[in-house]
Amino acid sequence: MHKLWASTYKEFLLLSRDIGGIAILFVMPLVLIVTITLIQDSTFKTVSDTKIPILIVDKDQGSVSQTIFEGLHNSNSFEVITKPNESDARDLVFAGNYQLAIVIPENLSRDLEIKVDQNVQRIIDKFALEEDIETDSNEVVKSIEAKEVKLYFDPAAQLSFKSSVKNGIDKMISQIETQSIYKAFQEQISDDPSEVIFETDKFIAFKEIMPVKDNKEIIPNSVQHNVPAWTLFAIFFIIVPLSINIVKEKSQGTFVRLRTNPVSYATVLGGKTVLYLIVCLIQFVLMLLVGVYFLPAIGLPQLEVSGKLPLLFTVAFFAGLAAIGLGLLLGTIAKTQEQSAPFGATFVVILAAVGGVWVPVFIMPKFMQILSNISPMNWGLNAFYDVFLRNGSFLDILPEISLLLLFFILTIGFAIIYNEKKNAV
Amino acid sequence: MIAIKQIAKKYKGADQYSVSDLDLFIEAKEIFGLLGPNGAGKTTLISMLCALIQPTSGTFTIDGLTYKKHKNQLKQSIGIVPQEYALYPSLTAFENLTYFGSMYGLKGKSLAEKINRHLEYLGLLQFAHKKIETFSGGMKRRINLIASILHEPKVLFLDEPTVGVDVQSKNVIIEFLKALNKNGTTIVYTSHHLNEAESFCSKVAIIDHGQLVIEGDPKTLIAQQEGAHNLEDVFLSITGKALRDHA
Repeated sequence: MHKLWASTYKEFLLLSRDIGGIAILFVMPLVLIVTITLIQDSTFKTVSDTKIPILIVDKDQGSVSQTIFEGLHNSNSFEVITKPNESDARDLVFAGNYQLAIVIPENLSRDLEIKVDQNVQRIIDKFALEEDIETDSNEVVKSIEAKEVKLYFDPAAQLSFKSSVKNGIDKMISQIETQSIYKAFQEQISDDPSEVIFETDKFIAFKEIMPVKDNKEIIPNSVQHNVPAWTLFAIFFIIVPLSINIVKEKSQGTFVRLRTNPVSYATVLGGKTVLYLIVCLIQFVLMLLVGVYFLPAIGLPQLEVSGKLPLLFTVAFFAGLAAIGLGLLLGTIAKTQEQSAPFGATFVVILAAVGGVWVPVFIMPKFMQILSNISPMNWGLNAFYDVFLRNGSFLDILPEISLLLLFFILTIGFAIIYNEKKNAV
Repeated sequence: MIAIKQIAKKYKGADQYSVSDLDLFIEAKEIFGLLGPNGAGKTTLISMLCALIQPTSGTFTIDGLTYKKHKNQLKQSIGIVPQEYALYPSLTAFENLTYFGSMYGLKGKSLAEKINRHLEYLGLLQFAHKKIETFSGGMKRRINLIASILHEPKVLFLDEPTVGVDVQSKNVIIEFLKALNKNGTTIVYTSHHLNEAESFCSKVAIIDHGQLVIEGDPKTLIAQQEGAHNLEDVFLSITGKALRDHA
């Protein structure tokens, strides 16, 4: 026990003498959380202050283009700039000056109206008398070509942006078509344009039901999503300084001395585990403080932690253990800092990606979803979401924290066995 | 005290053995010098005796103990002063020594007193609370030495303990080692300083190409070698004048 305490104290002294290292350990995760939350906050807000400038070439000048203009304006997401020429708009977008150009084809409103009228007329005719059909069938039906609304995207535009714009415009056009059909029927059935036959208001609406705790709805926001995700990311980044710490001991020669001392490798690693676990928990406290006090001060939603602290610390504790186990294993295997630092940093990014920190696991390809199940970052993230967003209890997080603990035991075990094998005498 | 039987070491991927079927017996309370040109196998031999590398074949015992059976007991009985400064640069001399002393189970006031006594003997007491990174090479060598003897080992292995230090530091180190030996510590050390070995060691062994070439007390070896006036003459006549550069 005395050797473990001495090892922990030595690690504390080493860390406390490295002011730059401490700053990186504690300040950078906070900067990361604030930056990412600020960036991602707009995607969670219904009204955003930031508007994306887009180009529109309106060759139609009719009711459809008018509706598209209004739809884009009402979305509050876009600043609409009109351009008279399609080639100019295309060049500007392909040069990366704008994210999107929408080209509304000539006579879209007129042709849509004719097309809808023709279809409605056919339906009405089906219900009409035989002689009327004979008479009507002699009339020549004008052929209407299908129309295309062209979308030019900046090649660098994100796929998610492209897909949401396409869906939005498609929805707008569907609404216009529906309205036109109602209008055409109205004109065919009634001579009085003021008579209301069809109710065109939406019949089906969505209502999202949130989890409730103490009669209070838990509403997900950018902070509730980002703080746990990026806190976990920061906790796992501990593997970089930790692995460097071990590699440094090897290059300084102190590890050689320790190998000749009557002290087990488990004790040496134990000292590092205790100290770096404390570091992880301090990081976690700081990140919670930022979420609760600093983010609201800069106009972001407040992190809601009331009644959840014991469970949150439990998750942070086991996530910290898993990260430390990985760092100790990496440090044990790596021979140089050039091996451990880049590998550690890249591996954390991969774990974060696979674990669902950036992209939700459910939209990943099947194989990646399976891979995600074996990512400790995914277990930690799910446990944090269970507490933050799903109102989970200790039993809900028990499977995830058990996996995190198992991961720690396995990585530490591998590190000790590897060291024993490598230095067996 | 140290009985080495047919010990050999061949590193992974190496063409030749670094140490080849070497037999050696070192008496208790001796100051034993392992001498040899670069790449002769001195450090490899000491590393095997300190359990830092595994012999390819052969056995050895230290004070009747083996690593397989008495690992911790044996580690408690030996001390090693490695060639490199095996110290934490950002910790002070006192912090380094307290930590390494703790690894031998030493603690509290008795450890602090022991550290201060050794620091004083080696002229470093006023630098006890300065960081190692501010120390000169000679000062680091002396701290390196103290870190290895706090637990009062029966056998002390030193791998070139005076390399790169000034004459004053070298003198203090040698005097300190002599005092330790007087108190019963067996000293096994490697060195390129043959004059130092001649005056310091009670017995020397010259190793070349991983094999024991000659052993005995320095005076006898000089007397036996025709035309030799000192240990360096003996060394050159046995190992030759060809350069031993290797990579």
